[in-house]
Amino acid sequence: MPETHDDGPILPAPGSRARVSRAQVVVALLLAVLGFATALQLRSNSVDDGYAGTRRGDLVQLLDSLDTANQRAQSQILELEATRRELLDSSTQTQTALEEARLEADTLAILSGAVGATGPGVRIVVEDPTGQVGASVMLNVIEELRDAGAEAMEINDQVRVVAQTFFADDGEGMTVDGIQASPPYVIDAIGDASTLAVATSFPGGLEDIVATVDGTVEVQVLDEVEVTALSVSREPDYARPAD
Amino acid sequence: MIAAAGLVAGLLLGLVFQPTVPVALQPYLPIAVVAALDATFGALRAYLDGIFDDKVFVISFVSNVVIAALIVYLGDQLGVGNQLSTGVVVVLGIRIFSNVAAIRRHLLHA
Repeated sequence: MPETHDDGPILPAPGSRARVSRAQVVVALLLAVLGFATALQLRSNSVDDGYAGTRRGDLVQLLDSLDTANQRAQSQILELEATRRELLDSSTQTQTALEEARLEADTLAILSGAVGATGPGVRIVVEDPTGQVGASVMLNVIEELRDAGAEAMEINDQVRVVAQTFFADDGEGMTVDGIQASPPYVIDAIGDASTLAVATSFPGGLEDIVATVDGTVEVQVLDEVEVTALSVSREPDYARPAD
Repeated sequence: MIAAAGLVAGLLLGLVFQPTVPVALQPYLPIAVVAALDATFGALRAYLDGIFDDKVFVISFVSNVVIAALIVYLGDQLGVGNQLSTGVVVVLGIRIFSNVAAIRRHLLHA
């Protein structure tokens, strides 16, 4: 033992520099390796993602719980997708119903004269030099046009002809819905133009009716007739929607 | 002095270069470090006892590290790697404690 003690003192002995150095260098080298490995391990531990050192059993358990969570999330996705589909369906249905309602409202608005209308049709000018075209003749003319399928009509660009429109004679001409109308009477009618034109000229038709009171009829077939007059709005006093 | 300088140099090298531990060595490095610590504390105790021998130190250092790594490797092959490395760490920890106790008695006489 005394010999080894002499061989390797850690503290440098000035007399035996070379021998002391060798032992010290070896020790220093090993300690350097230890320090290096320690630093390495400390660092790899600090950057650990938390699972590298986990045991197999724990990992399996973790994986299982992840699987369960995954399945739960999956079934939630399915449920939510089904709900989404239902909502989409119902909103599509609502959309369709709304579209239909709007279409029907448009149709009814044209029929009731609440809105202006445009389309192919005829412009009929009734000349009345003798002043004998009265309310009854005009009513006949309107009925003829209705029979021929006129969808929207107006007289003198002033009065919209609807279901409740009334004609009355007065001194200088007639009143339509209480509005004074004087000759020449201009009737705009939207509908199948050729049918409307034929309706005016067949025997016993519009021209014949007007001819009985010495009037003349001029018919223009137009690609676009504008009916801009609106009917007087009539609130029903008694009738109510039945549904 | 040179020994302490070596330790510091190794620590600094590891901190500066920050190399990645190869995956194959990852389970063995911590055990090897603990084993090397055991050998180092043993050497310090021997030095204070006046019986330090650099050959003994080198051999005990290397064999400690190799045996610790081998035991863990064997445990991994047998499927008891975790338990065995725990065992190795416990044994080495006890040894480190007793060595540090001896060092303390030398330095503090208590």
